[in-house]
Amino acid sequence: MSTLAPVQESWDPEALDPDTMILNMGPQHPSTHGVLRLELKTDGEIVRAARPHIGYLHRCFEKHCEVVDYPGVLPYTDRLDYCAAMGNTLGFALAVEKMLGIECSPYVNAIRVLMAELQRIASHAVAVGTYGMDLGAFTPFLHLLRDREKILDLFEWTCGARLLYNYNWVGGVSHDLPDGFLKACRGMIREYEAVTHPELVELLIGNKIFIKRTAGVGILSQELAINHDLTGPNLRGCGLPRDLRKDHPYSGYEQYDFQVGVGKGEYGPLGSCFDRNWVRVVEMAESAKIIQQALDRLEKMEKTDVHEKVPKRVKPAKGAEVYFRTEAARGQLGYYVVSDGGVNPYRVKVKSPCFTAMSVFHHLARGLYIADIVALLGSLDIVLGEIDR
Amino acid sequence: MTPQEIHAALQARFGEAVLSFDEKALQPWALIQPDKIAEVAAFAKAEPALAFDNLMCLSGVDWPKETPPRLDVVYHLYSYKHDHTFVLKVQLPRDNPRVPTVEGTWGVANWHEREAFDLFGIVFDGHSDLRRILLPDDWQGHPLRKDWEDPELYNGMRVKPTPQMAERYAAGEKIGVGPFDFTPPNLPLEQS
Amino acid sequence: MDYTYELLARLITGFAEWPQWLRIATVALVTAFMCFNFMAVGPIIYVYAERKIAGFMQDRLGPMRVGPYGVLQTIADTIKLLFKEAIYPRGVDRFLFKLGPGLVVMGSFMGFVVVPWGSSLIPADLNIGVFYVAAISSLSVVGVIMAGWASNNKYALFGAMRSAAQIVSYEIPGVMILLVIVMIVGSLSLQDITWAQAGGLQNWFLWRYFPLMPAAFLVFFTAGMAECSRTPFDIPEAESELVAGFHTEYSGFFFAMFFMAEYTEMFVISAVTSVLFLGGWWAPHPALQSLAALGFPHVGLGPFWLVAKAWSLVFVMMWLRWTLPRLRVDQLMGMAWKVLLPVTLVLVVVVGGLVLWPVTAQGFAWDGYVGWPITLVVFGYLVVKWLQARRWVQRRRVQEYAA
Repeated sequence: MSTLAPVQESWDPEALDPDTMILNMGPQHPSTHGVLRLELKTDGEIVRAARPHIGYLHRCFEKHCEVVDYPGVLPYTDRLDYCAAMGNTLGFALAVEKMLGIECSPYVNAIRVLMAELQRIASHAVAVGTYGMDLGAFTPFLHLLRDREKILDLFEWTCGARLLYNYNWVGGVSHDLPDGFLKACRGMIREYEAVTHPELVELLIGNKIFIKRTAGVGILSQELAINHDLTGPNLRGCGLPRDLRKDHPYSGYEQYDFQVGVGKGEYGPLGSCFDRNWVRVVEMAESAKIIQQALDRLEKMEKTDVHEKVPKRVKPAKGAEVYFRTEAARGQLGYYVVSDGGVNPYRVKVKSPCFTAMSVFHHLARGLYIADIVALLGSLDIVLGEIDR
Repeated sequence: MTPQEIHAALQARFGEAVLSFDEKALQPWALIQPDKIAEVAAFAKAEPALAFDNLMCLSGVDWPKETPPRLDVVYHLYSYKHDHTFVLKVQLPRDNPRVPTVEGTWGVANWHEREAFDLFGIVFDGHSDLRRILLPDDWQGHPLRKDWEDPELYNGMRVKPTPQMAERYAAGEKIGVGPFDFTPPNLPLEQS
Repeated sequence: MDYTYELLARLITGFAEWPQWLRIATVALVTAFMCFNFMAVGPIIYVYAERKIAGFMQDRLGPMRVGPYGVLQTIADTIKLLFKEAIYPRGVDRFLFKLGPGLVVMGSFMGFVVVPWGSSLIPADLNIGVFYVAAISSLSVVGVIMAGWASNNKYALFGAMRSAAQIVSYEIPGVMILLVIVMIVGSLSLQDITWAQAGGLQNWFLWRYFPLMPAAFLVFFTAGMAECSRTPFDIPEAESELVAGFHTEYSGFFFAMFFMAEYTEMFVISAVTSVLFLGGWWAPHPALQSLAALGFPHVGLGPFWLVAKAWSLVFVMMWLRWTLPRLRVDQLMGMAWKVLLPVTLVLVVVVGGLVLWPVTAQGFAWDGYVGWPITLVVFGYLVVKWLQARRWVQRRRVQEYAA
C-alpha cells in the first residue's frame, strides 16, 4: 500500500465531536519555522488530524522569472530558501549551464563546492539549533550560531552579503576568493571539528531527554518517504542512503571523499525524528571533511578568472528545457527551466524539498501529542520561503 | 533503461495513448493522451522494469501563442530502484483543462496538483481535495497564466501601490522589475 | 519575630508599655515588611543573574549596556513592565484574570515565613513549619489554573491544565521526602530541623544514612524544580509549544508578577532544601559560624550561610535550565509516578525502619566521614573545570583567525 488513502475530515468548528477541539498553531508561533498555519484537531493533547495551510510567504517567484532575464533570476532564487542561499543559486546556474552546454573550470567548481558545503553547515546549524530550542534546549542553538556567524563572516568577506549572496552566476561565480580566505576558512573549520561538533553531539544529541523526545516520534517509512518525494536528510533518515552528490554528482563532487549520513534507528524505530536530525548532524561533520579537501585542492590549484565563462547574453535555444536537481541543504532542489528562445525564461518551476516534506506532515501528525507536533515539524526542517516561493 | 527503451515499454503497453516521443531533447519526453495519464502513471510505477516510484516534479506550462493554445502538464519521473528518469507530458486545451489525477500513484501529486490548479486553473479529476494552496482561498483567477492581469482591488485593498503605477502598468510599461523602480508607499483610497 | 521585638524594643522608647495587641501587630508588620522587601528585591538579582549565567553558558555576554556590566538591566525592565498597558483581551473573566497572578505571588511569598535565617531569626517559628510549606506551595496551582481559564485562550488553558497535573504529581514525592526528614528529626518545625544538623558539615542530613539521603535530596530537588516549573519541567509555559503557556495573555504588571513569583518560588524551594538537607544556617565548620575569628563574636553569620546555600541551589536550577531540553507531558508525569514515587516510598519505609532501630537511629557509622571528602572532591572538580575552561577560552582567542 503506497499511498495512505486521504481521510475525509471535517474542519467545521461547529460540527465537532464533544471531545475534540480545533487548535490553531497560527501563522505567528515561536516554532513553526516561518509563517505556517497548522490546524490541529485535538482530543486534549493528542492530535487526531492536522491540516497545514501555506501560502503566507508566496512572493510570485515563478511569475517574476518570466519578466527578468536569466542572470536576473538568480537573486530571486536566493530568496527561496533563505537559510541556505548558496545552494539555490547553484542549482539554477547549473540548470542554465546545462541548457547552454557550459562547463566551468575546475577552479570555479572547487569554489562552488566550498561555498555550498559551508552553506550546508550554516543551514544545518540553524536547523539543528532551532530544533533543540523548540524542545527546550536553548544553549546548543547559540553555540551553533556562533559558528554560523563565522561562516557568514567568510561569506561577507567574499561577496559582501551575509544571507542572500547572488554568488553563483551562470558560467561562474560573482567574486573570486579574497587573499587569506583559505587560511581563515581552514582555521574556522578546524575549530568547528574540534570544538563545536563534539560539544553539539555531547550536549544535545546524546542527551537522554532529547532522545526520549525524538526517538519514537514521527516514524516515517521508506515507502511513504519515496511516495511523497521526501529527499535529503528526511529520506536518509529512513535508512535509504541516496545522495545526489554521490549518485549524480555535479560541479566536481565526484572528486571528494565523504560518507553519506544515514539514519540507523539506534534509539528507536528507523525513520524517527531523531534519525532525521542525526543525519543532519552527521552531514555537518561530513561537510567539514569536504571543505578541508576543497581547501587543499584550492591551495594547489591554478587560479582562473571566475568570470571567464560567464556569457554576455544568456539566450538558450528555442524549445530547450531542462530539469536539473542538486542536493541542497534541505533535500533535492529541482529547477525546471523552459526556454522559448528569448532572454527571459519562459517558465521556471522550482521543486522545493520542503514543499514535498510538508505534504507528508498530515500523515505523520496523527496520534501525536502537541509537543510532538513541534518536534516533528522541526525534524522535517522546513523553510517557508521555499515552500511558498 | 534508456529513454528509448522506456518509451518502447510504454508504447508496447498503451499503443496510441503515447502520442509522440521527442528523443532529441536534452531530456527526452513522451507525450501522453490526457485521459490515459492515470493508467500510464500506475503502469510506470507498478511495472518492475520501469519502477518509477518517485514523481520528482509536476509542473504546468502555459502556451497561449501555440496553435492550438494549450496548457501542458509535465511529469518528471524517477526510479530509485533502477536510477533512471523519464519525462511525460500532457497537453490540455486552454479553455477547459481537465486531466485525471495521479494522486493515487504518487502521494506527493496531491500538493503539486493543488498548486497547478491554484496557479493555472488545471482541474484534476478525481483529486481528493482540489483547492487553492498558495493563494488565499478567495482569490479570483489563475496568476501564472500568460494573460494574467493584476486585479484593481482585492478585498478592498489596492493591488498596485498607487494610481500612477496602475496607469503605467495598464499602458503596458513593465514596472516593478528594474533596479531603480521606486514604489512609493500605499496612498489611502480616498486620494485617488 | 523575637528578633524584631528586640529590635523595636531598643529603637522605640517605651515600646514595652504599648498595649499587647499593638505590640504584636507592629512586630508582625515590621517583620512582614522586612521579609517582603528582601523577597521582592530577590527577583531583581535573580533575573540579572539568570541572564548573565545564561549568557556565559551560551558563549555570549548577557546584558552589558544598562549600567556597568548591565547591573541595572532588571531595574529598567521592571520600570518598563510597570508602565506597560494592562491589556484585558476580549472575553476574559476579569475577576479571575486579576486574581490569578495574585494567588501565584501569594503562594510563593508566603512560603518564606517559616524559613529560619538564624537561631532566633525566623519570621514565624510555626511548629508545623514543614506542613505549612507543602500546603502553601500548592496555592500557586490555583492561581495558575485561574490565569489559564480566565484568559479565554486555548493555549493558556493547555498551560494551566499541564501545570495543575504537573504540580500535583510532583507534590507527592516532595512531601514524602519531607516526611523522611521529619521522621529523623521528630518535629515538623524547620527551626528544629536546623538545630538537628548542628555541629558542622558532617552532621548535615545530606550525608545521613549515606547513600539514602543523597537520593532523597535528588528526589526532593527534582520535585522542587517541578514545583517551580523550571526546565526541564517547564511545560506550563513551554515557550516553543504554547507561545507562553498560562501567561500568554498577560502583559505589563501581571507578567511581572508571574515572573517575580517564579523566581521567588525558586528561592523558597532552594531555601527549604538548604534547611532540610544542607544544614540551614549552620556553617560547614563551627568556627565560621560567627565573626569571632575577626573579633566580633556577637555577629552571627547564619543568614549569610543560608543565603549562600540557597543561592548555590538557585544557580544549579539555572544551570539545569540552560542545559537540558524539556520533557514531554506524559514523560514528565511518568517520571513522577513511575520513577520518583516508588523511590520515595522505598526511602520512607527504609529510613523509617532505620530510625526506629536503636543502632542506626542517628545514622550509619560512616556518615560523619563522607561529608567533608565528598564536598572537597566536588569543589575541587568544579574548580579544576573552571580553570580548564579559562585556559581553553584563552587558547581559542589566540587561535582566532584574522579576518
